[in-house]
Amino acid sequence: MADTSVQGEGRRGALPAWPWKLVKLGATVALTFLGLLLVTFLIGRVVPVDPVLAVIGDRASQSVYDRVFVELGLDRPLYEQFWMYLQRVASGDFGESFLTKKPIAQDIARVFPATMELATVSIILGTLAGVPLGVLAAVRQGRLTDQIVRVVGLIGYSAPIFWLGLLGLLVFYARLHWVSGPGRIDISYEYSITPASGFLLFDTAMQGQWDAFRNVFGHIILPASLLGYYSMAYISRMTRSFMLTELAQEYIITARVKGVPEWRIIWVHALRNAAVPLVTVIALSYAGLLEGSVLTETVFAWPGLGQYLTNSLQNADMNAVLGGTLVIGGIFVGLNLLSDLLYTLLDPRVRRK
Amino acid sequence: MSLLSVDDLRVAFPSRHGPVEVVRGVSFTLGRERLGIVGESGSGKSQTGRAILGLTPHSGTSTAKRLEFDGIDLRNATPAQWRALRGARMSMVMQDPKFSLNPVMTIGRQLIEAARRVSSRAEARDKATAMLEAVQIRDPARVMAAYPHELSGGMGQRAMIAMMLITEPDLLIADEPTSALDVTVQVEVLRILDDLVTDRGMGLIFISHDLRLVSSFCDRVLVMYAGRVVEELRASDLGAAQHPYTRGLMNCLPQIKGGQRPLPTLQRDESWAL
Repeated sequence: MADTSVQGEGRRGALPAWPWKLVKLGATVALTFLGLLLVTFLIGRVVPVDPVLAVIGDRASQSVYDRVFVELGLDRPLYEQFWMYLQRVASGDFGESFLTKKPIAQDIARVFPATMELATVSIILGTLAGVPLGVLAAVRQGRLTDQIVRVVGLIGYSAPIFWLGLLGLLVFYARLHWVSGPGRIDISYEYSITPASGFLLFDTAMQGQWDAFRNVFGHIILPASLLGYYSMAYISRMTRSFMLTELAQEYIITARVKGVPEWRIIWVHALRNAAVPLVTVIALSYAGLLEGSVLTETVFAWPGLGQYLTNSLQNADMNAVLGGTLVIGGIFVGLNLLSDLLYTLLDPRVRRK
Repeated sequence: MSLLSVDDLRVAFPSRHGPVEVVRGVSFTLGRERLGIVGESGSGKSQTGRAILGLTPHSGTSTAKRLEFDGIDLRNATPAQWRALRGARMSMVMQDPKFSLNPVMTIGRQLIEAARRVSSRAEARDKATAMLEAVQIRDPARVMAAYPHELSGGMGQRAMIAMMLITEPDLLIADEPTSALDVTVQVEVLRILDDLVTDRGMGLIFISHDLRLVSSFCDRVLVMYAGRVVEELRASDLGAAQHPYTRGLMNCLPQIKGGQRPLPTLQRDESWAL
């Protein structure tokens, strides 16, 4: 009965059924996470790494091995182990890294801001360059501008990022001295700023340390430009194709008939419609960047999530790998939700359904 | 002087076998009257309308010996001249409000955008409301705040008409304005269009495939076939139509009495296209 009354309300369209929507949203998120946890848990069980050995080392006696085996709960059935895993994760305990000997949550809190800062600057650069270029290419379809944008994008797609990174360091750091070298910040500044959010651009700006800010900026701009270039290649291609679809619509002719200036037709009428699918494209690019780009982080000695995860994998530090995987999964779920939300904000047609 | 004069208008599109002319030498003049253009799909009637507004698609080309609107030569009009004309002095009601209204803009914003061509920001909103009332929308405030998908086809088309007449243009082209609507709504929308055009004394080009509808609504009718005008008639003289194509168009309408069954197929002849 309760169910029909809610649906009835939705049909009348007087009130958007927000509480019901939130419940549905919550259920979706919870289920997604449960699935994610199950997968990471099972991965942790099928990899040929003995968790006991990882704790005690391979020279301990059999009795120690047996005791730790029981302590870790490995003698219990799998579903009980999963339940324990869930309880631990729910309380924010992802276990300890064998490598750093610190709780995983603490490790991730240290490396994730580095990746997120880089990803955020990159996606901003990629969007700011990619969307206008895509629009331009669509408006000048088939002409020289279109071809140039296409070639520039193609290079972004196909050039390996580590190669571009090394080239960039060689040219802009070693030769021209325009940017700073690898790392997030010069050592001379590293201990002069109080870590707050972990986002160095933000922290230094907040604390008014403009020298340090400039230093951080000099470090981030080259890797961020490269990653941004890579996103730009994708975003500009997608923008171009979305814009071509929109520019062929009847409402564009209506706008022309109304005497709307061409710039307004392109940037307001068409782009506003193309923005709806673009949001998803940009959100997914951002999610990809947040995973941490292993190659870029290695070339630029960037202490981020990608480097941390690769390190952990190479050393069979399963707790760290699982924790990192969960974080990445969480980011994907979060960004998907965000893009869904933006989607409804941008497109009135999906608002009341 | 006539409002619009068209002489030897041609619209061509490139194809794999060379350019294809879809409008082939259409000529007519229009005063402040109602002219109907009738023809089957592909006869070039819509492209004629679009060429007058300078909206031939980029791939196509339109040429004419003479294309004058109120003494202005449209053939070599600059983009700035076009923008000054379109919307303000000539406009067009399009076929299907589902596609011809911007889906992510409210009706109000779209109306105001059109009204801003001739009035200040403050006036534009009042004008939009008044115009919606003029097309017999009872609750203009609600429609102003609505998005196109929230309106019925008839309401959407009335909003479209309001948007195109808000600047009180001298020439209105209505390209199949009721073809996408239910038959019951068609009459209503047509009556509104008719009243507004008559009140404001503007020139109207009414493009349709429905010969009887056009003749009941217009002063003069051009019958187009394969890009050419095959016959020009006063609407009242429809019965005296000479051209076999026009007669064919008239005969293929079903009648309640008379039991014409099966309906005759529309005859076409290669020689008419020459």
